[in-house]
Amino acid sequence: MNNIVVLPLILPIMLGVLLVFLRPYVKTQRVISLLTMAAIAVVSMIMLGRIQEDGIMRIDFGGWKPPFGILFVADSFAVLLVLTTSIVTAICLLYAFSSIGEKRENMFFYPFVLLLVAGVNGSFLTGDIFNLFVCFEVMLLASYVLITLGGEKAQLRESLKYVLINVLASWFFLVALAYLYGTLGTLNMAHLAERVAEAGQDPILTTIALLFLVVFALKAGLLLFFWLPGSYSVPPTVVAALFGALLTKVGIYALFRMFTLIFIHQPEVTHLLINGMAGVTIFAGCLGALAYKDVRQIVAYNVVIAVGFVLIGLGVSTEAALQGAIYYLMHDMIAKAMLFLLAGTMIYLTGEKRFDKMSGLIRNYPMFGWMFFIVMVSLAGIPPLSGFVGKVLIGQGLIETSSYVLLALAFISSVVVLYSLLRIFLNAIFGETIISIEDEKPLPKGMLAPIVLFAICTIALGFGAEGLSSYVSDAANTLANPSIYIDAVLSGK
Amino acid sequence: MKINDVILRTVTKIVIFIILTLSVYLFFAGHYSPGGGFIGGLVLASAVVLMYLTSDIETVHKGMPFDFKLVAALGVLIATGTGFASVIFGKDFMTQAAMKLNLPIFGETELASVVLFEAGVALTVVGVVVTIILSISEDE
Repeated sequence: MNNIVVLPLILPIMLGVLLVFLRPYVKTQRVISLLTMAAIAVVSMIMLGRIQEDGIMRIDFGGWKPPFGILFVADSFAVLLVLTTSIVTAICLLYAFSSIGEKRENMFFYPFVLLLVAGVNGSFLTGDIFNLFVCFEVMLLASYVLITLGGEKAQLRESLKYVLINVLASWFFLVALAYLYGTLGTLNMAHLAERVAEAGQDPILTTIALLFLVVFALKAGLLLFFWLPGSYSVPPTVVAALFGALLTKVGIYALFRMFTLIFIHQPEVTHLLINGMAGVTIFAGCLGALAYKDVRQIVAYNVVIAVGFVLIGLGVSTEAALQGAIYYLMHDMIAKAMLFLLAGTMIYLTGEKRFDKMSGLIRNYPMFGWMFFIVMVSLAGIPPLSGFVGKVLIGQGLIETSSYVLLALAFISSVVVLYSLLRIFLNAIFGETIISIEDEKPLPKGMLAPIVLFAICTIALGFGAEGLSSYVSDAANTLANPSIYIDAVLSGK
Repeated sequence: MKINDVILRTVTKIVIFIILTLSVYLFFAGHYSPGGGFIGGLVLASAVVLMYLTSDIETVHKGMPFDFKLVAALGVLIATGTGFASVIFGKDFMTQAAMKLNLPIFGETELASVVLFEAGVALTVVGVVVTIILSISEDE
C-alpha cells in the first residue's frame, strides 16, 4: 500500500476542480494553487527518500494486481522529475500572480495550470502505457486552453497549429498502442518489456517502436519541432515558461521509458536513429537560435537544442550518459523556465520584441541584467552552475562509446547557445542606455523575485549536484538495468 | 430566433421522457452490462440539448438554473472523491466497496460505491456536452 504515489496526480486534479467553484475569489485561488505545488514538492521528497530505502514504490489502483490493473510506479527518475516540476510550477505561479492579469485569472487560469501539472505528473508516474496516453491527453487539453486563453489573434493562429499537430500525434499514439496491444497482448510497461524480451524484438516490434519514436519525437520536439518555436512564442510569458519547462520534457521522459525499458534489443536501429535525429535537432536548433532577432524565437530554439542534447544521452545509453541526461533534464527545466521569464520580462519592460531594439537595460535594472548573465552561463554549462554536471557526464558517455562526431556537435552547440544569448546580453542588457530614468517602467518585485528564485535553484543544483548524486545514480541505475523496474512491478506483493 | 414548430414541440414533450428513462436505465445497466455513467450522461445531455432546440435558452434556463460548467466540475469532484475516499479508509486508491441488501420491493439488491463514481462521470459528461453546445450556439 503506497497511496502516497498517487498524490502528485490526484491533489492537483481535485484542488484544481475545487478552484472552479472559487472563481470569484482570485486571492484564495492563488494561495491554494501555490500550496498544492508546495505539498507535491514535499510529497515527492518523502517518496524520494523512501525509494532509496525500500526500492521502487508502486500503487495498484483498486487493488488489481499487475499486469491486469492500472498502476503507478515511482522510481527515482520519475520522482526527481515530479519534484522539479512542482518547484518550477510553484515559482512560475509566483510570476503569474503579478503578470497574468485579472482577465485570465477569472477565466480559470489556475485550475488549468493545476490540471496541466496533474497530466505531467501522471505521465511521469504511470506504469501503464495506455494510462500514459490518457495522462498525455490531460496535459494536452489543459495546454490547449492555456495557449488560447486570452484569444489574441497571433495566439489563435499559432495555437491552431499546435492543436492540430498534437491531435495528429495523439492519433498516431493510439494507432501505435493498438499495434502494440495486438502484437503483445498487454499494456503494462513492465509486462511489455518482459514479453518483448521473451519474443525477441523482431522487425514488426521494431517498426512499432519506430512509430512510438515518431509520436514522442513530435511531442518532445526531437527533429519534428517545426511547430514548437511558433507556439511557444505566442502565449503569455508565464504560460510559455511552463510549456518550455515542462511539456517537451514529458515527451523526452516517454522516449526514455520506451527505449530504456521496452525496446532495448535493437539499439543498432532504434538508438542509432535517436542519435541521428538528436544530432540533426541540435544542428537545426543552432541555426534557428542564430537566425532570429526576436528574443522569444531565440529562446524557443534554445529549447530545441536542449531536447537534442538530452536525447544524445539516451542514444548512447551508457550509465554515465543516462546520469548526465537526468541532471541535464532537471537543469533544463529550471533554466528554460527562467530564460522564458527573462525574455518575457524584457519584452514587458521595453515593449520591443527584437533584441537589437533594446539597449542598456542593466543601467535601469541592474539585478535583472545580472540574472540574465547567470542563466546564460548556466545554459552554456560553465561550472559551478547546474548545466555543467549534465554536460560533462553526457560527454563522458559519448567518449566511452567513441561517438566523437556527436561529441563535437554537442559541445559546439554549447558555444552556439552561449553566443546566441551573449548577442542578446551585449545588445539589450549592456550597451548604451536608451531608456531615461523618467520613462523607465518600474520592474515589479513580483516579477523579479521568481527570476531570482530560479537563479538560486540553478546555483543550488550546480553546487548540490554532489548531494543529489545518490538519487541520480539510483535513477540511472534503474534505467540502465530494466530488470529492477520489471521485478518491482511484476514480482511479489 | 423564435421557434414555433408545433410538431417538434409536441413530439419533444413525449420523447423527452423516453430519453430520460433510457438514460436512467443505461446508467444502472452499466454495472454488469453495456451502459454506465458515460453513456447515461450522454443520453441525458441529448435530452437537455433537445429542450434547448425546441424552446429558447432563457426558457430552459428558468427551469434548470445551473451553470453547467459547475455541474461538470462537481462531477469530477465526486468521481475523484470516491477514489480518494478509499485512501482515507486506508485502502488502495480507487478501491470500490459493495454490499448486498434485502429491500422490501426490489428484493436482493446490490449497493456499490462505484455507482457514486459513475454518477460523477455522468454529471461531468452532461456538464461538458451542454457547455460545448451552448458555447457554440451563443457564439455570434
